[in-house]
Amino acid sequence: MEASKTGQTESMIELEVFRYLPDQGEETAFQRYSVPYRDDWVVLDALNYVKDELDGTLSFRWSCRMGVCGSCGMMVNGEPKLTCAAFLRDYYPNPIRIEPLSNFPVIRDLVINIDDFMGKLEEVKAWLVPKEEKPVSEGEYLQTPAELAHYKQFSMCINCMLCYAACPVYGHDPKFIGPAAIALAQRYNLDSRDGAADERAEVIFSHEGIWQCTFVDDCTRVCPKDVDPAGAIQQAKVAATKDWFRKVLVPWGKK
Amino acid sequence: MGKEVKKSKEYIQSMPANWWLKRKTYFLYMVRELTCVFVGGYALFLLLLATRLDDPQGFAALLHSPLLIALQIIALPMVVYHSITWINLTPKVMVLWRGEERVSPLLIAGANYVLWAVVSIVILWIAFLNS
Repeated sequence: MEASKTGQTESMIELEVFRYLPDQGEETAFQRYSVPYRDDWVVLDALNYVKDELDGTLSFRWSCRMGVCGSCGMMVNGEPKLTCAAFLRDYYPNPIRIEPLSNFPVIRDLVINIDDFMGKLEEVKAWLVPKEEKPVSEGEYLQTPAELAHYKQFSMCINCMLCYAACPVYGHDPKFIGPAAIALAQRYNLDSRDGAADERAEVIFSHEGIWQCTFVDDCTRVCPKDVDPAGAIQQAKVAATKDWFRKVLVPWGKK
Repeated sequence: MGKEVKKSKEYIQSMPANWWLKRKTYFLYMVRELTCVFVGGYALFLLLLATRLDDPQGFAALLHSPLLIALQIIALPMVVYHSITWINLTPKVMVLWRGEERVSPLLIAGANYVLWAVVSIVILWIAFLNS
């Protein structure tokens, strides 16, 4: 790597990286690494420098380096961040503490177990269930720009799970369906082509769904895609309440 | 598939009891939630007024006691803080659409502030009209 050969005069930045190596015992520790400081480097670049030049045993997930794959989320100085979008220059000259995303079980070093979240996406049916199936010969399911606008914000989610790391409700009770999964359920509920809102209702309108949320709003604050999951959950609460009143006050009415 | 995969032990990250001191946003959330004690408490206290309608002077004297003045001085900023945080969150819950455009969150929160101000002025006006 070029950076390591530019001489002793270059400035360095300290990383304090969380280490957990289950094959070597159950204790955790912070390991310090000194990496070259470059103002165009992000935390992920620094971690890759460690992996390539200093310590090949360090494990972490990453892929696209451009904020769309959602796999490089970690705690950077206690804040859930996409490490591909967290610039060293925003921390320099102070050391940077890097930990795995909070609230998730750690498999090794900075790698978390994401099975729980994947299961939740399935539970809420985070995919489009067409209102009426039609043969391909009949063409596309059309939608107006106004209909698109209603769910577009929630569709920007990249499943990076920063919102789960920020959510104290999820931290206390992993059964909580959580921000991203509910936002994605709302994304499909609000889609004019979708017809599975009733199937999703049982999961997301339950106690483990929207009603466990106490509107801390930190999910929205840490979201790198401005999805506003907290907004999605509160709007789902309003929709559920309206539904309930409609059923109680107009029992003879159509659903 | 079919093969036994031995899973290594995972490290469980649990939330410390002082979790709400770990992030500024958590702390502000706790403050917001705790101020509701004063909102509810003061509302309950005002309900006492209903039981003292036969003796408004006595109730007024009670309100003027040093202890209750102190309580009200504490309760007022708490209630104001609670109201401000409440109103600031309304645009997230109330989503209005004008065709393809979402009605600006500033407009929704702003309308709530205007309503709050108008109601407060009307109540103050009634209160001072009688004194």
